[in-house]
Amino acid sequence: MKVTLFATCLVDMFQSDVGKATVELLERLGCEIDFPQTQVCCGQPAYNSGYVKESKDAMKKMIGTFEHAEYIVCPSGSCAYMFHEYQHVFKGDPIWEPKAKKLAAKTYELTQFIIEVLKVENVGACLEGKATYHTSCHMTRLLGVQKAPMTLLSKVKGLEFVELPGKEQCCGFGGTFSVKMAQISEQMVDEKVRHVEETDAEYVIGADAGCLMNIGGRINRQGKPIKVMHIAEILNSR
Amino acid sequence: MPMKIGNERFGERVEKGINNSFMRGAVAGAQDNIGARRLNAIEELGNWEEWRSHGEEIRQHVLEHLDYYLEQLSDNVAKRGGNVFFAETAEEANEYIKEVVQSKNAQKVVKSKSMVTEEINLNASLEEVGCQVIETDLGEYILQVDDHDPPSHIVAPALHKNKEQVRDVFTKKLGYKKSADPTELAWHAREMLRQDYLTADVGITGCNFAVAETGSFALVTNEGNADLVTSLPKTQITVMGMERLVPTFEELEVLVSMLTRSAVGQKLPSYVTVLTGPREELDVDGPEDFHLVIVDNGRSKILGTEFQSVLQCIRCAACVNACPVYRHVGGHSYGSIYSGPIGAVLSPLLGGYEDYKELPYASTLCGACSEVCPVKIPLHELLHKHRQVIVEKEGKAPVSEKLLMKAFGLGAASPTLYKWGSKIAPTAMNPFTSEDKITKGPGPLKAWTEVRDFPAPNKERFRDWFKNREKGGGTSWPEPSKTEKHF
Repeated sequence: MKVTLFATCLVDMFQSDVGKATVELLERLGCEIDFPQTQVCCGQPAYNSGYVKESKDAMKKMIGTFEHAEYIVCPSGSCAYMFHEYQHVFKGDPIWEPKAKKLAAKTYELTQFIIEVLKVENVGACLEGKATYHTSCHMTRLLGVQKAPMTLLSKVKGLEFVELPGKEQCCGFGGTFSVKMAQISEQMVDEKVRHVEETDAEYVIGADAGCLMNIGGRINRQGKPIKVMHIAEILNSR
Repeated sequence: MPMKIGNERFGERVEKGINNSFMRGAVAGAQDNIGARRLNAIEELGNWEEWRSHGEEIRQHVLEHLDYYLEQLSDNVAKRGGNVFFAETAEEANEYIKEVVQSKNAQKVVKSKSMVTEEINLNASLEEVGCQVIETDLGEYILQVDDHDPPSHIVAPALHKNKEQVRDVFTKKLGYKKSADPTELAWHAREMLRQDYLTADVGITGCNFAVAETGSFALVTNEGNADLVTSLPKTQITVMGMERLVPTFEELEVLVSMLTRSAVGQKLPSYVTVLTGPREELDVDGPEDFHLVIVDNGRSKILGTEFQSVLQCIRCAACVNACPVYRHVGGHSYGSIYSGPIGAVLSPLLGGYEDYKELPYASTLCGACSEVCPVKIPLHELLHKHRQVIVEKEGKAPVSEKLLMKAFGLGAASPTLYKWGSKIAPTAMNPFTSEDKITKGPGPLKAWTEVRDFPAPNKERFRDWFKNREKGGGTSWPEPSKTEKHF
């Protein structure tokens, strides 16, 4: 199966290991990976800040870049959701709305793709340790992917799973919110880190690089011995 | 209390909220407690998503035919001998109510809980003409006694106070001499209020829902105070926001059930009081004179706009109880009597962007509010729409941000610029980087790195790795078991 990877700018620039793990995992599951080099940012930072006009060019660029794809897979719930949002942005536009709809129909978040399209629950991963999972808001509420990551994690050999208290609460990232409303964001991420600590987990896992950068950045600053991992890295552990 | 509370800047209000550890504990506890009860209550009902769709449908239908239902309501109130006044502004509403109160030579008014009367600042207007106004909802009563402390939550207005604080207020202002036990405190308030009900000349209520078909009003309380406010004084004035109606009792039943389950996780509240017009010949109680004041105060300007769905609101505060931002900053940080996500959407619409331009940004757009709303208001989408209006129409965004976003637009849309930018990033960030992380960043990163580390840009971007790999070169695979790393 041919998969076109939408890596996201955070993974491209800051978390390339997540991208590498995604590629290896999908290849192991029998996919052939294509990465169009013309991909840029999905436009979410500007879009969510209210700069809709400014983000449209990036969106068009992305629609064009992924037009040829059969399946688009993205290791981020939030950015995958953004591809689904394009159809609303271009609503009423005779050229771009149909294109955006096609884009949305073939865009999957990584764990969603593995469960829904590849129909695989056990990816053969193995990792010893106690872990908890941060359910990111856009992936859970807006994209509607809730069970897929849990199903996949439950099959990871050796992984003991503890539910995160207050898991439905946002970690305080929110893109530009984290710098624009820094004082509020700090309180939110602090509570999230406290909850992670309560679980006694060695690993906090997530499926969105943004949330993980936020939670991880705070954990690192506080010097806590908790490893922050993207789910692609966990599923690629053997 | 007008809609706007205080004159401090947004940042100062938030700072104050964050530093109020008691308030934060109370809010977090209430959110967790009410949140769990709400989940039980909706689970027990079953098919919650269908209920939500139905609730949304009812509210949308009413808004689409608001003129029709308002006319029907007015006609039916008039038929039952009531008076109807349509107030376009807060001032008009207050003037009318003042006239009614003065025409009765009223010295004392008892009130049941009503956000719309807070919005129009009715109490101050009545006090100006020498009338004593007494709030009878326990939460509102506490706030009133405490020198008109503003409400911090639309359902539980005194959520920010603990029982010791309430005791102190009662001791200082009411000569209370007992303990901080909530039962004793409530008994004291009850004794004080009982006298007021008996001696009040006018009763003023809000309106949870008006029923157009019959000209009736439903009031939902857990204290029974609305019953006393509407049955003892000779004159009753009901003040309603112009959108708060349902066509018939059938829709009333649906919405009341959804309201109480969403608000406090109750199947039913202790009291649902439904009133229709003034006392009739065979009635044993009820007002002799009844006035309905329908308040617009900016609502009709929202109709027909992209923000219309905010008028679907039934004021349950489920969004407030689910909001992670409200959780940490509390209600007073919003600078409006309408706090939380609904307040962040509604306040700029009713009060203008000048006073409330920060509120739409006080959200991570996490969608928790939209998820719990019983009438499916897409609250996080409306917050996003506000941001778009602020940037594109109001021009209220900071210049530095505009430039940054313009640059973002150019950079993100151009693969060449993007590639170039991301390629030089590690070098550009070099002065700020140590051990693969940035601990003190420049520009927008400054706020981030004050409390968190930021990862240093990868020396080899993912795209380069992939390209090299396609060519058969590049770095080798990371050892999977060694991929454990800190973000």
